[in-house]
Amino acid sequence: MKRLLDPELEEKIVFFFLFLSTLIIVAPVILVVVVIIVRGSSVLNWEFLTTMPRMGMRAGGIFPAIAGTFYLVAGTLIFALPVGIFSAIYLSEYSKRNALTRIIELAIVNLAGVPSVVFGLFGLGFFVVFLRFGASILAGSLTLGVMVLPVIITTSREALQSVPRSFREVSYSLGATRWQTIRHAVLPNALPGILTGAILSLSRAAGETAPILFTVAAFYLPRLPKSIFDQAMALPYHLYVLSTQVPNVRLELQYGTALVLVGLIIIANLITVIIRSYFRARKQW
Amino acid sequence: MVKVTEKIKVTNLSVSYAGEPALKNVSFTVREHEILGVIGPASSGKTTFLRTLNRLNDLDPRYEYSGEVLIDDKDIYQKWNIFQLRKKVGMVFALPSPLPISIFENLVYGPRRDGVWGRKRLEEIVERSLKSAFLWDEVKDRLHESALKLSGGQQQRLCIARTLALEPAVILFDEPCSGLDPISTAKIEEAMQELKKKYTLILVTNNTKQAARVSDRVAFFLMGELVELDQAQKIFTVPKDKRTEGYVSGRYG
Repeated sequence: MKRLLDPELEEKIVFFFLFLSTLIIVAPVILVVVVIIVRGSSVLNWEFLTTMPRMGMRAGGIFPAIAGTFYLVAGTLIFALPVGIFSAIYLSEYSKRNALTRIIELAIVNLAGVPSVVFGLFGLGFFVVFLRFGASILAGSLTLGVMVLPVIITTSREALQSVPRSFREVSYSLGATRWQTIRHAVLPNALPGILTGAILSLSRAAGETAPILFTVAAFYLPRLPKSIFDQAMALPYHLYVLSTQVPNVRLELQYGTALVLVGLIIIANLITVIIRSYFRARKQW
Repeated sequence: MVKVTEKIKVTNLSVSYAGEPALKNVSFTVREHEILGVIGPASSGKTTFLRTLNRLNDLDPRYEYSGEVLIDDKDIYQKWNIFQLRKKVGMVFALPSPLPISIFENLVYGPRRDGVWGRKRLEEIVERSLKSAFLWDEVKDRLHESALKLSGGQQQRLCIARTLALEPAVILFDEPCSGLDPISTAKIEEAMQELKKKYTLILVTNNTKQAARVSDRVAFFLMGELVELDQAQKIFTVPKDKRTEGYVSGRYG
């Protein structure tokens, strides 16, 4: 029988298309990072990172925006991490498979699909206005927290469920209670997965603009916030302001701000890679 | 002749998963300080029976039972506290199942959860249980290394020691040698002969030769029924039931 296509040629064609698809994914990332580095690194210096903006943000540094982003990420962490992990433990280890659990699961999936601007409006309506937090770090952190919760819950749950069943059975067979089993046999082995999900969701929180737009972000606030009820500047919103709201800003300042933001997020992602490879080296089951 | 004490009494035990019967109306007793071998083909109910005794079946929400199981004349479902029961009725699983922590931490896992603390007290427990499982000499210098570095046979003896750390009365073995080489198997069997002096042992095995070597009495399960229970010698030479004869002579299973 005569073949339509020589198998070796077929192999080459398939390889080419698979490789091309991968390239299409990688190329924009490299391009964005390279452009930002090339055009932004000229303004990047100690002064840029540690001083207040001056002359209506056309000069000076971006320190309050960096600090504000750190505050927001920390606030998100304090709220979303415990709530997310606890509900993941509940869903994975305690809840029975019934209609209620399925509704909760559906809610989590849908929550993950809600556009971030909707979270922003929710935060405005609920935290800022209804709970009277005002535009504040507290309201912004909680809004970001609600936004990243589904990610934390889903990744934590997957991490918990990837712990072998035999660990649980061994623990129960040694007379441990359910909580002892979770605490000593399951959680330690799920921790790397949980941490990875947590850091990834936090780096997402650091880069979001819409949820903080109405809940915390200050247009121009050349000082550090005094309390959690204070407004704060934040890197993504500052970048948006520089790019669209303030006339005659040097392009390098915008690229420099973007570089700091992207740099922080890349560092966070690198940490997760390190955590994962560290634990994978130790994991032997 | 020592007086025979009935350690475990099973009366009319039936078990099902999601309505699917796994054990049908089983009744018998297990004597103190004996090794009861349990044989039977796949899905004959022997593992189900084992997991009933330490109530590990309770983890499966589809599990249902009827009948009565007494250990030390106390009903395991009515009178025993489930966590105390599991400490008293230890289990060694088919595949070596050390937790991914150190040898030491594996051994004190049970005692720690039970509220035992203090370095010295825990060290005593570790030494005693490792010696009883014939593993002490092989691991005494590396107690704080990962248990996963041990060989399969050592891991399985570690699991036996981990059970012993809780000072159980009964130890359940669920095909403990199914993944082991003949030398490791011999070591485990040797340990079992020592252990029966202090404990009551139930050994579920797919290896009829092993059941013949190790057990005092043997129970033959088939499709959820207890077909025959008798002295090991009788089961393997003059079984009463045709089906037992067929199984031990290797005609099916």
